[in-house]
Amino acid sequence: MKPRTIVEKIWDSHVVAEKPGAPVLLYIDLHLTHEVTSPQAFSTLRERGLKVRRPDLTIATMDHSTPTTSRDLPMLDTVGKAQLDQMEKNCKDFGIRLYDLKTTKQGIVHVIGPEQGLTQPGMTIVCGDSHTATHGAFGALAFGIGTSQVGHVFATQCLLQTPSQSYAIRVEGALKPGVSAKDIILAVIARIGIGGGTGTVFEYQGSTIRSLSMEERMTICNMSIEGGARAGLVAPDDTTYQYISGREFAPKGADWDAALARWKQLPTDQGAQYAKELTLDAATLEPMVTFGTNPGMGIPISGAIPDPASVSDPIEKSDLIKALKYMDLEPGKQLKGHKIDVVFVGSCTNSRISDLRAAASVMKGRKVSPSVRMLVVPGSMQVKKQAEAEGLDKIFREAGADFREAGCSMCLAMNGDQLEPGEYSVSTSNRNFEGRQGKGGRTFLASPLTAAASAITGVVTDVRTLL
Amino acid sequence: MKFEKIESKIAVLPIDNIDTDQIIPARYLKSISKDGLGEGLFRDWRRNADGTPKPDFVLNQPQAQGVEILVTGDNFGCGSSREHAPWALVQNGIRAVVSTSFADIFKGNALKNQLLPVVVPADVHAELLKSPWATVKIDLVAQTVTLPSGRTVEFPIDGFSKTCLVEGVDELGYMLQQDPAIAAFEAERVGSVNTLR
Repeated sequence: MKPRTIVEKIWDSHVVAEKPGAPVLLYIDLHLTHEVTSPQAFSTLRERGLKVRRPDLTIATMDHSTPTTSRDLPMLDTVGKAQLDQMEKNCKDFGIRLYDLKTTKQGIVHVIGPEQGLTQPGMTIVCGDSHTATHGAFGALAFGIGTSQVGHVFATQCLLQTPSQSYAIRVEGALKPGVSAKDIILAVIARIGIGGGTGTVFEYQGSTIRSLSMEERMTICNMSIEGGARAGLVAPDDTTYQYISGREFAPKGADWDAALARWKQLPTDQGAQYAKELTLDAATLEPMVTFGTNPGMGIPISGAIPDPASVSDPIEKSDLIKALKYMDLEPGKQLKGHKIDVVFVGSCTNSRISDLRAAASVMKGRKVSPSVRMLVVPGSMQVKKQAEAEGLDKIFREAGADFREAGCSMCLAMNGDQLEPGEYSVSTSNRNFEGRQGKGGRTFLASPLTAAASAITGVVTDVRTLL
Repeated sequence: MKFEKIESKIAVLPIDNIDTDQIIPARYLKSISKDGLGEGLFRDWRRNADGTPKPDFVLNQPQAQGVEILVTGDNFGCGSSREHAPWALVQNGIRAVVSTSFADIFKGNALKNQLLPVVVPADVHAELLKSPWATVKIDLVAQTVTLPSGRTVEFPIDGFSKTCLVEGVDELGYMLQQDPAIAAFEAERVGSVNTLR
């Protein structure tokens, strides 16, 4: 048999039908939904008199529009409240398990899936959210879909898909202190550009990736879409199996043994072909920070803001000029030392317990700069509980940061947590698009370590000076 | 609605990597219907904070009245999976977007909403960028774009999406017809499909 990549293996085992003149009908093992991209899909079901085919393979949460202030307070945003109420009704009407704000398991959809053992190797996983590739950390083929497709999966548990090419991204060697998973993925995207992976699925490989924890792998896979890829994944290994074992929805007993035997067949065969390949040397990486208005506009913390004069392509040049104008930055200067107003630690990229531990390790015994407002938003209520058990909440609060309830929060500023026009943030989220964190707001993407260090000093900071 | 031909002036937005947060900002995503999203289209490029139009934005020009074709820079529609982006474009009368490339999710979403993503080679793209408000013809059945110069070039589209657009049908109807195959797949794989309790 021809050697296959992990992506090809997962694909092959999910083909329901392959007819001439039509894309492949691909089976979906797990469908995650949230309040923002599902209402119109439920409307389609009602209009056509359809049911959710497999409510038992569908999980819903509320995360995007949810306030991160106390759950005891009434919700002031009536439009957001109506969206949450509609989600509750939709899940009730169609028999879908919902983790709403009253449950202890609510959280960002891409945090709770792995946390509860729902995310498993070899699965096909979709969600009406572009950061669904997060689940690829477990060796699942996980990708974001639009609302029409959310309706398709509701009605048929399938999607019409054409195969993607595999793109091997190898990271080899040991990371230096202060350099983390977020810096790896920001470096990858800076290298290939935000359209560099279009039409492909990233397979992250190499000794550096193997040495990462599951949460670190999730951070990397999460931002695959920021490199334009449909999905991104890491082949499962003992780190993966240890993480899953014992979680609520993980297979148990004989089912576990059978699952493990299947999962061990997944890694890419020797000799399988990749359409594209990229290799990075981990030892050369520094903490990364973005200066512009897309995640590909990133530089090492010691680097300089690029000069449009050095860019030859006319559209690229005008885009860089536009980005620097929006960000009000000068080419040739360092970003390090630039004054900031807000620090956000959170989002499906960096809101897990290890991210909070990393931020707390820098902040312990220190104070947030008086000119900075800092928000720490755990990815789930379970992460929040764990952080409290470890006393991280106290470290954040004593430093002067705000420690909130779980949700997407200031990553996309749908819930009232947002930048004011002109403000600068250092954010552990995934997008620095114009206005992403609030109209007129300006975002520097970075790791939790860099974010915490910058909160202390009030300027973009090389965390290595505080370690 | 059947999709066959468009003949329209082109509005030119020569910016690469236009993300879906620019096409429609997240604050418009709280709607539980598809209605009324048109006003969110390019909202923060199109209007000042007080709601007044920015006169230099392309879709605010007097010539933009009735425009059905938007020509943009590379990698249009990157970022979020929000289908609100094609909904907002369509609600503003846009029926085709022409670029050198599209982000994967946006492209799929557009095709499901009678919005045609047209990929053209760099030289054709350059010619279009130099011809704002010129009239361009797009023939989906023939898969051709007729440029202002009169030159006709072909563009690619997968056969299935083309059929759905030309016949005005959606994918879901086709998928529902596959029910026996889906049921057979589920019956065979019952042990390996993870069923949540």
